[in-house]
Amino acid sequence: MQGRKMANEGQTGTVKVKRGLAQMLKGGVIMDVVTPEQAVVAQEAGAVAVMALERIPADIRAAGGVARMSDLSLVQRIMDAVTIPVMAKARIGHFAEAQCLQALGVDFIDESEVLTPADDKYHCDKEPFTVPFVCGARDLGEALRRIAEGAAMIRSKGEAGSGNIVEAVRHMRAIRDAIAELTVVPKEELVVRARDLGAPLELVKDVAANGKLPVVLFCAGGVSTPADAALMMQLGAEGIFVGSGIFKAAAIVENGVAQYDENGFPRVDPELALRYAKAIVAATLHFNDPQAVVEAHKSLGGARAMSGIDLRSLPESAMLSVRGN
Amino acid sequence: MLGVQGDVAEHLSALADSGACGLTVKTPAQLAAVDGLIIPGGESTTVIRLLERFGLDEPIVAAVRAGLPLWGTCMGLIVAAREVVGVEQRTLGLIDVSVRRNAFGRQTASAEVPLEIPALGSEPFPAVFIRAPWVERAGAGVEIVATYAGHGVFVRQGNVMGTSFHPELTGDRRVHAYFVRELVEGKPAAA
Repeated sequence: MQGRKMANEGQTGTVKVKRGLAQMLKGGVIMDVVTPEQAVVAQEAGAVAVMALERIPADIRAAGGVARMSDLSLVQRIMDAVTIPVMAKARIGHFAEAQCLQALGVDFIDESEVLTPADDKYHCDKEPFTVPFVCGARDLGEALRRIAEGAAMIRSKGEAGSGNIVEAVRHMRAIRDAIAELTVVPKEELVVRARDLGAPLELVKDVAANGKLPVVLFCAGGVSTPADAALMMQLGAEGIFVGSGIFKAAAIVENGVAQYDENGFPRVDPELALRYAKAIVAATLHFNDPQAVVEAHKSLGGARAMSGIDLRSLPESAMLSVRGN
Repeated sequence: MLGVQGDVAEHLSALADSGACGLTVKTPAQLAAVDGLIIPGGESTTVIRLLERFGLDEPIVAAVRAGLPLWGTCMGLIVAAREVVGVEQRTLGLIDVSVRRNAFGRQTASAEVPLEIPALGSEPFPAVFIRAPWVERAGAGVEIVATYAGHGVFVRQGNVMGTSFHPELTGDRRVHAYFVRELVEGKPAAA
């Protein structure tokens, strides 16, 4: 009743309210989870939000096929299991999946290249939604196009599920460098710059004036150690998405074979996952203090990070970050 | 400014507009250097754990009980409250209120509201509520400065105040000015 009353008297779904939730997540770590149990581990470790999805990106990559929005009853169980915000992924351009997630009551939608795109040309029109959206970007033009469509938060794409930080670094640097450049070019160049970026002039002017995106910028795709998190924060990320980095590192592997439970979910060592997740949270908070990052690494007790992929060995068809532009 | 997690930069810029010099506090040593503390918006579940893990919880309680002015916005109000109703969650117990988390609903119920705050003048305040708590019960020593939907959303007790909403997300600096004027410069006795 009170929620409805609030909606009548106040204005819900405004730009300020949608971007505002992302502002509340700053300095934090958002963790991919596939079960309510993993969500509880993430919350206990100090995650500011969880991303509910069917498989972590490393497993999506391994399984192939079409990756879609998660089973909604599972998303609901994750929402019921934790008090922190719950995000969920929709396919690029699949506004009906996004409508379902909003109706279910998730706190944030990730229109994500990690899932198989539903539309190979267009993203969702995110503005009419009450729920905020986060989208990936490899450069400033892509970030501003998503913001123009109504995204309330941007994450550098990186290469999800790769365990390799190189793409995340490339994308974060590309975005930050392009922002820095806009702040020093003469005003008469901005129209042409906007054309070259493929972004609306108003947003280009806003970035030139303020030296930052008008929404919060997180990093995603490839963070797998505490030092990776500290690196990305120092490169200008305002927070970190960790996808496969935690629960892949804590996966139970016997004789080189990943183990699955009766529901088909990868079996993970919850104690190791908690330790790993806590270490990434600590490094994100104290990213400027190498001694604290050392402590975070030591707390892993010798646990190995997930194995990574040399991205030069991947054909473009296997790259997730090239989806959507 | 408590700089563990949340919208710290927004508060720092609002403080600068209000004539105060904002510092970021991540360690007990940094806490000792400030004349007032703001706990920003963020995730209360996360921040209470991090305060414990990095040894900031006890120093904050001791400093505020000894008179350090404290303002909690949204998450900060939850962290400062005596208790949270409905879910089990540790708090610092610095203001005698019981709060309900996500009292208005999940994110889709978050809203902007023109809020009447008589203490700040007749012009309504542009209050931004994001997954906001409200005050369900307040002790006798607590002043309810503003209410919305029948519940306290701006409360004060001695040197501690809390708001359910986020003045740092608006251009209106009246709540920041109130904190600096009444709690930091006014030096009220500890609650």
